[in-house]
Amino acid sequence: MKTIFEQSVAGREGCWPCEGAAEESYIPKELLRGGEAGLPSVSELDVVRHFTRLSQRNYSVDSNFYPLGSCTMKYNPKFTEVVAGLPGFTRLHPVLPQLRGAGGLCQGALEVMYEIEQLLCEITGMAAYTMHPMAGAHGELTGVMLMAAYHRDKGNKKTKIIVPDSAHGTNPASAATAGYEVVSVESKDGIVDPAALEKVLDDEVAGMMMTCPNTLGLFERNLPEVVRMLRKVDALLYYDGANLNAIMGKMRVGDVGFDIVHWNVHKTLATPHGGGGPGSGPVGVSDRLVDFLPISRVRKREDGRFFLDYDCPKSIGYVAPFYGNFGVYLKAYAYVLRLGGTGLRRASENAVLAANYMRKRLSGHFEVPYDRICMHEFVASASPQAKDGVHALDFAKGLLDRGYHAPTIYFPLIVPEALMIEPTETENKETLDKFCDDLIELAELAKTNPEALTSAPVNLPVTRLDETRAARSMELTDDL
Amino acid sequence: MLAVIGVDSVDDLFAEITEEMRPKSFDIPEGLSEMEVLSKLEAMAAKNATDRVSFLGAGFYDHYIPAAVDALTMRGEFYTAYTPYQPEASQGTLQAIFEYQTAVARLLGMECANASVYDGGTALYEALMMAVRKTKRRKVVVSEALNPIYRVMLGSYTTNLDVELVTVPYKDGQTNLDGLKDALDDSTAAVLVQNPNFFGSINDFTELFAAAKAVKAVSIMSAYPVLQTLLKTPGEMGADIAVAEGQSLGLPLSFGGPYLGIMTCTKTMVRQMPGRIVGRTGDTEGRTGYVLTLQAREQHIRRQRATSNICSNQSLCALRALVHMCALGEQGLRRAARVSIERAHACAERLTAIDGVDMLTKGPFGNEFAVTLPVNAFEIIDKLTERGFVPGFPLGRYFEGLENGLLVACTEKTSEEQIGIFAEMLRGALK
Repeated sequence: MKTIFEQSVAGREGCWPCEGAAEESYIPKELLRGGEAGLPSVSELDVVRHFTRLSQRNYSVDSNFYPLGSCTMKYNPKFTEVVAGLPGFTRLHPVLPQLRGAGGLCQGALEVMYEIEQLLCEITGMAAYTMHPMAGAHGELTGVMLMAAYHRDKGNKKTKIIVPDSAHGTNPASAATAGYEVVSVESKDGIVDPAALEKVLDDEVAGMMMTCPNTLGLFERNLPEVVRMLRKVDALLYYDGANLNAIMGKMRVGDVGFDIVHWNVHKTLATPHGGGGPGSGPVGVSDRLVDFLPISRVRKREDGRFFLDYDCPKSIGYVAPFYGNFGVYLKAYAYVLRLGGTGLRRASENAVLAANYMRKRLSGHFEVPYDRICMHEFVASASPQAKDGVHALDFAKGLLDRGYHAPTIYFPLIVPEALMIEPTETENKETLDKFCDDLIELAELAKTNPEALTSAPVNLPVTRLDETRAARSMELTDDL
Repeated sequence: MLAVIGVDSVDDLFAEITEEMRPKSFDIPEGLSEMEVLSKLEAMAAKNATDRVSFLGAGFYDHYIPAAVDALTMRGEFYTAYTPYQPEASQGTLQAIFEYQTAVARLLGMECANASVYDGGTALYEALMMAVRKTKRRKVVVSEALNPIYRVMLGSYTTNLDVELVTVPYKDGQTNLDGLKDALDDSTAAVLVQNPNFFGSINDFTELFAAAKAVKAVSIMSAYPVLQTLLKTPGEMGADIAVAEGQSLGLPLSFGGPYLGIMTCTKTMVRQMPGRIVGRTGDTEGRTGYVLTLQAREQHIRRQRATSNICSNQSLCALRALVHMCALGEQGLRRAARVSIERAHACAERLTAIDGVDMLTKGPFGNEFAVTLPVNAFEIIDKLTERGFVPGFPLGRYFEGLENGLLVACTEKTSEEQIGIFAEMLRGALK
């Protein structure tokens, strides 16, 4: 398909933003650019057709079952878009609260921030939240900065952060970004092994980052033991909220001893992923970390009015220019109000039910390395099939051909040929069954006609793409 | 389903969460109907006074957004897709990002772009870290005329890192070019400047960037995308990395986000770039297609040795920016820029005609400028806000000694009539 630049015709005009072409130049010539930028000159209809056609070359939750493990691709209710589009929110300039009196102009927005913080506190059992981090990884970085501030304040000399080998890649990257040495701890039987932890735990450990259930979809049974061990060396425990969709109303991370937690609002609280973002990664903390939260904090006065508090002397400072992705967590707020406590608990129950059902249905046809009760997702493996030359990647492509998005196949790194499947609570049984039937059929096909899988996909706009060529030729724009 | 699993109840699935781990409380109100949620949030939205005429900018601007932007980017096929990890099923998102990369690279006159980061401040921080990695040096020279909101972010982000920020004070409302040049030496990793600067004044950094190059430091410029259709580009000035807050390209103000961190650089810097990058390639049949590329930089491959921890970005915001640029086209965007500049100059003329109001911004400026008032700017803001006008941003909030300074922005949405009323109100308030 041609790019929009290839469709450009000199002199063709699109939408006019306003009348009055100011001809007078207020800026000396030497400060102006040498020529035009080369943005497309196309009609509005050209634009509409182009992007409509592009959209049709995408799989999405609205059009396809999307069991992409660890990404919680649940249905995103449409009414939340209406909420986020209310002009009373979209037109609000972010510096208003800094204008003293004019802070009174944004009471509704501050109330949203205050209320969602309260709700997240209660759902996870934490003392306070910041809504500022703009994605899960941003929440992780904020969390690790909070750890650093806590230890600096106490005069602790800490240099290391422990990350289980099953963790998402963002965990070690976030710890390193904040200046820590990363220490990996091996899992045993799919979960953190206290004996292995003992070996790497010492006084220099600032904290540990845990995902629970972990990326294998397994509940970390040894959690209470891990908490006791970390407390002994004054290390903090971080909860990676990527998999919070499994435990809402079933366990509160604050109650069990976590000090820091981030949410992936774009997973658990149903805000759309937008092809990679924007997300929102609020961070909650236990009592001992409240003073270190980013500037500013939303507060409620006795008269019921809200204001932002910028006087936070122990704070880690600013992780965002303002208050994070307000337009995103506004949708999450609407979602939580809609579901309520019972709805959230049921969401987790149904997500776990669906995952276990699929695990059982598939376990005779694929290897399931940890074939016991899982939480909201599970990891199957195409290792047996790989011996005959059909890899997890080939099953992924075969599924694309049948109209499904593929499971996650690039991690967890500790399972070879991983197929990480997360159905979420919003899919009905018919969809789950059809997917399992089709995947089982693919397993049969791998025996009878492996070629059909290794050459897949054939029903999509393109067949397999040459990634090596992309990396070598570096065509990163229409001009290179 | 329970029978297939082999358990009696859903509770059995949660048996591993033992009694000691069960919630101590879960006091979340019962759910509301869709209609009830909507009316509750409509009532909250109504508590925000968005009917005021606003001259607020400070890096975040209320430009007109063509209707096509919402109509196209709200399509569920874009909206409810994940990161394009399976390229064959994501050619829509991938080609759109490729076109976005092309558009912002052209706008800033740079060779390469990534698929976006969270916001303009994060883009600056990531640019700074690219320079630190590339040069293996730790000193970063920062202009004080850079948006102060970003300066505080840079300070926070680098607290635990071996990076030294050296801030060069602004001079007479201007970026201090000589001061910046003097601060460069062979231990400098990067120099960070902004055009137009926070006070709205427009510079040419060609000489400064050449001086940086002479000591092998990296030149980083923060730009304003809409004006960049007219202004000399960071590429033309010799910048190695150019970043921008992309909010002005089709994103509503939305109380601070979601926004868009635009990152562009020269080809020689691209392997230091954080986040996702899309490249063009071919399929087994020889057809053109797009994939995420240079992934060896990223956290899901490199873990703690990645260039950055960034994973989710602002993809849909990048798509909005692309559709915005296409719908307006080169001419539409230039028109928006020109009219915004014209309105700001008309406004500056009206305001400085008032006794005691003087220009603080020196030299050429775009759609934003600063004036000094005879009284504290906060007082004037309070007074005018009551009468329906938010007159601008108080410079005293971040700059000691500029308590009487007011930063005023116009866009193509600001009418001449509004400017007239604003000037009369200010005159009245200062009497």
